[in-house]
Amino acid sequence: MRNEITVEVLRYHPEKDSEPHFQLYTVPYREDWVVLDALNHIKDHIDGTLSYRWSCHMAVCGSCGMMINGEPKLSCNAFLRDYCKEASVRIEPLEHFPIERDLVIVMDSFMKKLSSVKPYVIAKEEKPLSEGQYVQTPPQLQIFKQYTQCINCLLCYAACPQIGLNRDFVGPAALALAHRYNLDSRDGGKEQRADTVASNEGVWECTFAGACSEVCPKDVDPAAAIQQMKISASVDWFKAHLLPGGNK
Amino acid sequence: MAGSSKPLLWLPFAAGGLVAALVTPVLILISGFLLPLGVFHLPYEKMATFAHNPVGKVILLGVVALPAWHAAHRMRTTAHDLGLGSGPLVKTACYGSATVLILVTTSVLLVL
Amino acid sequence: MSRRPYVRAGKRLWWLGHRRYVFYMVRELTSLFIGLYCALLTLGLVRLAQGKPQWESFLAAASSVPGVVFQLVCLAFAVYHSVTWFALTPKAMPLIVRGEPVPGNAIVGAHYAAWILVSLVVLVAAWI
Repeated sequence: MRNEITVEVLRYHPEKDSEPHFQLYTVPYREDWVVLDALNHIKDHIDGTLSYRWSCHMAVCGSCGMMINGEPKLSCNAFLRDYCKEASVRIEPLEHFPIERDLVIVMDSFMKKLSSVKPYVIAKEEKPLSEGQYVQTPPQLQIFKQYTQCINCLLCYAACPQIGLNRDFVGPAALALAHRYNLDSRDGGKEQRADTVASNEGVWECTFAGACSEVCPKDVDPAAAIQQMKISASVDWFKAHLLPGGNK
Repeated sequence: MAGSSKPLLWLPFAAGGLVAALVTPVLILISGFLLPLGVFHLPYEKMATFAHNPVGKVILLGVVALPAWHAAHRMRTTAHDLGLGSGPLVKTACYGSATVLILVTTSVLLVL
Repeated sequence: MSRRPYVRAGKRLWWLGHRRYVFYMVRELTSLFIGLYCALLTLGLVRLAQGKPQWESFLAAASSVPGVVFQLVCLAFAVYHSVTWFALTPKAMPLIVRGEPVPGNAIVGAHYAAWILVSLVVLVAAWI
């Protein structure tokens, strides 16, 4: 039973490094430790200059996404014991994003994509407060519930080959969230979201590789969301172009 | 809200994918395996009669044109995946070949 | 504060880097062989229109060794296309019947049933 494990971390300090480089650390090996525990150990006891994002340590906040042995994972969800047969654990910042510093990526592009899909209920009909709540039954909720589970961890963007080829692709998480609102019975904003969703950088960039859904820690299944929106966008397009009066 | 014109390319691609999935394998089984083995024969008279029939023409066009379009669209995106870009050359090669196949098939079926 | 975000270069052979992407590429390449077989079908129709001797020489070419080898390769890829296409269909078209979601397996199973049915119909039509 080993009691230590080697960890290779990609370091990058822009004030002194011209490019990233790996640094090796030896950390304790514990059966119940996750990669995040190893990183915290490094920061607390070996090298305080290491920068990385983390918060909840229980796979709900979405902060600690990184590449672990080439696979996008939440570092709080990757157990050291699953890597004990490997020579080392290689930790790099999430693929497809610029590196800010060490394991911290620049996620501004995602924040823009997220707001572009208008991720909020755009009410079908505005009601005054006096008319009471917008009512939604459990079956209506069931239709879109899985798409509400996204924690914006960006593992899907790191896995998506189309993001790899085109950074402007709106991407799995943003599109899955658009679908969540389009499917919400209280929402009437599908047309407004179509500007982004049905654009060339929207659903049409997707080739259904499915990598996004494979790596998603919350089983959102963004790939399914995107395919459903392709069909929906196509039907809307043909209605708008072939029916007199378009979609109205 | 028109959005991108991709649906024009995508809907036939999706239809072609389904036709290819359901029909193409058995066609290849016949022409590539059962026919060479001598288990099946496809005599000229029978094939010509089928191609003469308007329903036969629609079926033949469907099993050639839709999977061909499916292949064209998918090869275009695969070319992009392989780093060959998505420029006019790639688009012409892909959609152009499918269009040629569809046009040839249509004209032949009109004559038969 | 000196911000200098580092952009990592993309890899041309990115799809060789992980099993998942290799299978994806194979899945996409099935379309090449389906397209090539469609070209063969088109050629067959042209020969059929040209007359009986041309049709029969087309059948002979299809039955030749290179013809058979090519078509069996196409068949392998076509079957892989069918299998992967059916597996993905429930994701693209989730069905809700009487308030309950239809299980994905049922949708996939229905497609396999349709596949068998269509194949049998074509085989019978080609046989008689």
